[in-house]
Amino acid sequence: MSVRYLSCGDTAFTVEFGNEISPEINGRVMALHAAIGLAREAGEIFGVIETVPTMRSLMVTYDPLATSRADLQPQVDVLIARGLPVDLKTRRVTIPCCYDDPEFAPDLAEVAERTRKKPEQVIAAHLASPFKVYVLGFMPGLAYVAGLEQSLFLPRRSQPRVRVPRSSVAIAMDMTTIYPFESPGGWHLIGRTPLWMFDQRREEPVFLSPGDSLAFRQIDRKSFDRIAREVEAGTFDWSSLVKRT
Amino acid sequence: MSAGLRVVRAGLFDTLQDLGRTGFMALGMPTAGAMDRIGLSLANALAGNPPHTAGLEIGVMGPDLLVEADSVRVALVGPLSPAVIEGPDAAPKPLDSDRSHLLKRGQTLRVGMIEGASTAYLAVSGGFALPPFMGSLSTYSRAGIGGFEGRKLAAGDLLPLAKASVPAGNERRLAQPFDYGSGPLRVIWGPQEEYFSKEGRQTFVEAEYRVSKEADRMGIRFEGPTIAHARSVDKGGADIISDGIAPGAIQVPGAGLPIVLMADRQTVGGYPKIATVASVDLPRLGRLLPGQTVRFTPVTVAEAEALRPDQEARLQRAIAGFVVARPPGGIDLVRLYEENLIDGIVYE
Repeated sequence: MSVRYLSCGDTAFTVEFGNEISPEINGRVMALHAAIGLAREAGEIFGVIETVPTMRSLMVTYDPLATSRADLQPQVDVLIARGLPVDLKTRRVTIPCCYDDPEFAPDLAEVAERTRKKPEQVIAAHLASPFKVYVLGFMPGLAYVAGLEQSLFLPRRSQPRVRVPRSSVAIAMDMTTIYPFESPGGWHLIGRTPLWMFDQRREEPVFLSPGDSLAFRQIDRKSFDRIAREVEAGTFDWSSLVKRT
Repeated sequence: MSAGLRVVRAGLFDTLQDLGRTGFMALGMPTAGAMDRIGLSLANALAGNPPHTAGLEIGVMGPDLLVEADSVRVALVGPLSPAVIEGPDAAPKPLDSDRSHLLKRGQTLRVGMIEGASTAYLAVSGGFALPPFMGSLSTYSRAGIGGFEGRKLAAGDLLPLAKASVPAGNERRLAQPFDYGSGPLRVIWGPQEEYFSKEGRQTFVEAEYRVSKEADRMGIRFEGPTIAHARSVDKGGADIISDGIAPGAIQVPGAGLPIVLMADRQTVGGYPKIATVASVDLPRLGRLLPGQTVRFTPVTVAEAEALRPDQEARLQRAIAGFVVARPPGGIDLVRLYEENLIDGIVYE
């Protein structure tokens, strides 16, 4: 597979691994993201500011006062040629989600109707989907999480909502997401997590990272309220949701 | 009582900004930071601060700030219109830009409308005593983070100062206005120039574009001739699989008008980007006013990279060349001190 280098001015370039969305291509993106991170830590690559992974490409930003495109591109080529790390450490993250409250899941009935399922089957399909975080963007902490079970694929709502509450769990196309802030949104709301995807009081304010494996766990309203209180108070044990593999 | 600057009256878009919050774009965190890094760097240097210190970025109209500290050294850089200093028992007098000033308790700095640029900077000696968020004080107001409570300033806010007082000494001024450059804005083709037809690319580099009223920290929308995409917009010609957005990226959505993405830009986006403004011209872009016109001219990556050290050297020369802002009939305390010190060493 050939790699394309795209110019993004004199402070960045994008390494494009393909023009489609696939786990293989995204795997290479994440591997280069990790490889450049390791090379920076080892002092092997100089002047890189950060790398921004997306579904099919990695943007590398750099300080033109410290390095140049002509210096960096061959170094990135070497990292790719050397063979990218394949056994990336990934986190397995479990997100508790309350589906059975009409306030939290205003679109569940419609999704069920349009996918010819019972609401419980929609929930079961969402719980069974092998999700993976592909990219964060649009707003801090907003993750595009692919892997939705195919029977739930729907286009976005024709009328986006002006206000989607924080922590809403939504689906559209082949993805699911969790809104980190109250914001406008056009996805179908099928539940809500008591977790905050962005909390500036935490040492790591953004909970999800690109590359995370993710699964939802169904909770009832009572558990939701209990966890919500702990999250609000800042006493919730976030590490209980994460397994490193 | 803690030392600070009290916002007596808020301006329109006053936010604290430093050189940006880098390292977290992978988490969807925009870098934010100063729209005009040169203006912020000059203000910081005049106030005696390191370049990465956060200053107050002022957009369109600045605030009225009451000094609630024994003394504070400030430097205002950017606006052509003079600010005013007044009180507590003195008549208002102009406070010149591009130099430092020592203000005393009870005085009020009225920045007012800024003219000649959309952006100005106020630096205070020692900086503001606020906690950085993810390594930076830059305000990103869409997520309510950084700066002062994650938002633009409001009347009643007390901006805490790191230094409760500063020693008297010479004030310094910029010897001459910094030359931001003129002529067309330099751009580098890409990352998605092939999403535009040959005619579309030609329009982009030949036409004149006007800054619209829709210009803010996130991006500047331009008005002018539309840029043709290579493929029909109805068939996805203006859609890409989202990729990273560099500072100065020029995205062209289906309507065909360019939007230059600035400090508060999203980290990733799904519109094709015809070109990217060279970093040397970003500060100029950050100062543009609605109604001003620009042209774009292509340069190579290597050419753009070569322009930066030159601009940086000019900035450092401007800082090294600060002159003493001498009051009429006053003496140059610093020079007197330095010369005496040198004499002492020589003759010992």
